[in-house]
Amino acid sequence: MASDPRANLKPLSLHVPEPKFRPGDVVDFADIEVPPAGAGRRPDVAEDAATFPELAYGLVRVLDGEARAVGPWDPRLSPDRLRRMLRAMALTRAYDERMFRAQRQGKTSFYMKSTGEEAVAVAAAFALDRDDMCFPSYRQQGLLIARDWDMVDMMNQVYSNRGDRLEGKQLPIMYSTKEGSFFSISGNLATQYPQAVGWAMASAAKGDTRIAATWTGEGSTAEGDFHSACTFASVYRAPVILNVVNNQWAISSFSGFAGAEATTFAARAIGYGIAGLRVDGNDALAVYAATSWAAERARTNAGPTLIEHFTYRTEGHSTSDDPTQYRSAGEPTAWPLGDPIGRLKDHLIQLGEWDEERQAAMDLDLAEKVRAAQKEAEKNGVLGHGLHQPLDTLFEGVYEEMPWHLREQQQMMLDEEEASGRPWARK
Amino acid sequence: MTELIEQQQRIAPTPEHEGDSVRMNMIQAINSAMDVMMARDPDVIVMGEDVGYFGGVFRATAGLQAKYGKRRVFDTPITECGIIGVAVGMGAYGLRPVPEIQFADYIYPALDQLVSEAARLRYRSAGEFTSPITVRSPFGGGIFGGQTHSQSPEGIFTHVSGLKTVIPSTPYDAKGLLIAAIEDNDPTIFFEPKRIYNGPFDGHWDRPAKNWSGHPGGEVPTGYYRIPLGTAKVVRAGAALTILAYGTMVHVCRGVVEEAGVDAEIIDLRTLVPIDIDAIEVSVKKTGRCMIVHEATRTSGFGAELSALVQERCFYHLEAPIERVTGFDTPYPHSLEWAYFPGPVRIGEALKKIMKDA
Repeated sequence: MASDPRANLKPLSLHVPEPKFRPGDVVDFADIEVPPAGAGRRPDVAEDAATFPELAYGLVRVLDGEARAVGPWDPRLSPDRLRRMLRAMALTRAYDERMFRAQRQGKTSFYMKSTGEEAVAVAAAFALDRDDMCFPSYRQQGLLIARDWDMVDMMNQVYSNRGDRLEGKQLPIMYSTKEGSFFSISGNLATQYPQAVGWAMASAAKGDTRIAATWTGEGSTAEGDFHSACTFASVYRAPVILNVVNNQWAISSFSGFAGAEATTFAARAIGYGIAGLRVDGNDALAVYAATSWAAERARTNAGPTLIEHFTYRTEGHSTSDDPTQYRSAGEPTAWPLGDPIGRLKDHLIQLGEWDEERQAAMDLDLAEKVRAAQKEAEKNGVLGHGLHQPLDTLFEGVYEEMPWHLREQQQMMLDEEEASGRPWARK
Repeated sequence: MTELIEQQQRIAPTPEHEGDSVRMNMIQAINSAMDVMMARDPDVIVMGEDVGYFGGVFRATAGLQAKYGKRRVFDTPITECGIIGVAVGMGAYGLRPVPEIQFADYIYPALDQLVSEAARLRYRSAGEFTSPITVRSPFGGGIFGGQTHSQSPEGIFTHVSGLKTVIPSTPYDAKGLLIAAIEDNDPTIFFEPKRIYNGPFDGHWDRPAKNWSGHPGGEVPTGYYRIPLGTAKVVRAGAALTILAYGTMVHVCRGVVEEAGVDAEIIDLRTLVPIDIDAIEVSVKKTGRCMIVHEATRTSGFGAELSALVQERCFYHLEAPIERVTGFDTPYPHSLEWAYFPGPVRIGEALKKIMKDA
């Protein structure tokens, strides 16, 4: 009998990634490499994508341990602009807290916070023009807040009430505003990525000067849409900024399941021939600097940029999630890059342009503003308190004009409601 | 008879059109539709695999890039989800993209973008953003295309609210419907029966192929005209039964009916969603019998929807059970193509069955 020629090999083994810390574990993030602030070079915006590997594996940071802005990426913003950015980030957090509580009070079915990731959206919005088109995921509410979008309008959407411009058709937080250059959010992950590239290609094809920016979490980079978007962006040198918000967690899956054990997300840009930057996502100045760099690159026809924002999802994935079931409760406080709001606040204090008293007063003022907006929004009703939209609007907007079969179903529904004696049918 | 002619005119009004008519095959008619629309609307752009310099693997986009430039007609990477996703973004910007998927068999990677995005964008944004895109794709069998060059996936798309699905059966209709689809502000799936690109096909694969020159549907105006979406066409008036078909099967049914000498009324549905229910209802109530023919597999195919509609609306007029002649519930075979294809033999037997008590 012939012997098995492979008998002397060790059996194969399947590697299944495992996060470092599970519930109950003591957290020690010492192995996360945090390069010093100001260390990375700032290339010319026209530089060839092939020269970017060090930036794709490094970490662009501006604010150092003493909250000073250092190095070539320091965007040198005026204190006034810094204060406005700080305010928008704090307002985003206050809004999140209020809406999370509203969900717990049963006023809406669902909410998602962006706690700890405020800089990623807010600082980017400050670096973009108001009419640059944003294709966000569901965790960039800071874009709307930084663009001074009406908070009552946002709450109306969360409550699916009479004031909801989306007519109660969308799950809470799936905002949409063309006027705010904020594309309709979809529940389907990463679909916005090729759409943003297409929007940018259209802008270029028409000789426009506007650019597009899109965001996805690190988990969703595993979707095929991410690949097709990067390919299109590279092939047509689309004026687009591709943001990957690496907050370490995709619901209960740590970033290792999206490939983070082997490489960085910014490094994926290299293979596509796209400029890749890896940025401290809790450093508002680094996010601002990288975004304005990428915007200038896009606007000068030098091509797309992929920015990985290295950050941490401080809270649960959503109101339907309990993170203590899969990760250590010690993670958020142990996160080595700190809190984006605290770091920007400390920077302003260090500049002599801010103090703890003013911060406390601002927080109080913002909490009051959010509370007032909530009161205003709740005048339009909250979810579950009766019907806020006329029953027959359910059929509107499927097509530009309602085809016969929808008119027929609409009438059928109204007739059934009428026959049932329910008050809904009587508008 | 006068009443019938009036009815036919109501269903399919003769469209006004610009320019002379010339002989075209379906490829040329489709090419002409895109040419006309690109000339009329600077926001119309054409994109897809091999559609640019080369002019498409079926020549449907031949000459367009040379005429309109690379920024309006361009080749894409081989990624269907990318093609449709990018088209959705372009539509949101304000363009009117006409993306091509090389074969309908390869549209599945784009399903998420079509179903979750293009179809729902207007609804989920309450009209703020729209997807005025027209997805062209060759579909259907009868060409020895085997499993992945023969499929008829229309039932997947007719099931999606927010999409329109259009299937022409002649060069004249193909151009008029494609122009209407491109002008339409809703996302439209435009399936082109590739078996009849070059000529009508009566299902007799063993006889010499015909071209469009002898067919009235091959006479195509060179300029602009449109056939409204949602309008069927009575291609043969009759009193004995109603046959509902679209694409290649319109011609196959016509051949069978003529050979069998049955006075069937054949309705070419042309648009599946929104369906022309009036045309169907009027016809079946008149004939009392209904046969549905499509190439797609049977279970949950579009024929099931048609059958249900006829049953609901014409129940008291029906003199026989509704017949469905369809592809079998198998992947599309290669060597056994003519056993699978709902050709003259299978349709002929179904005709006998549905007429047996007449």
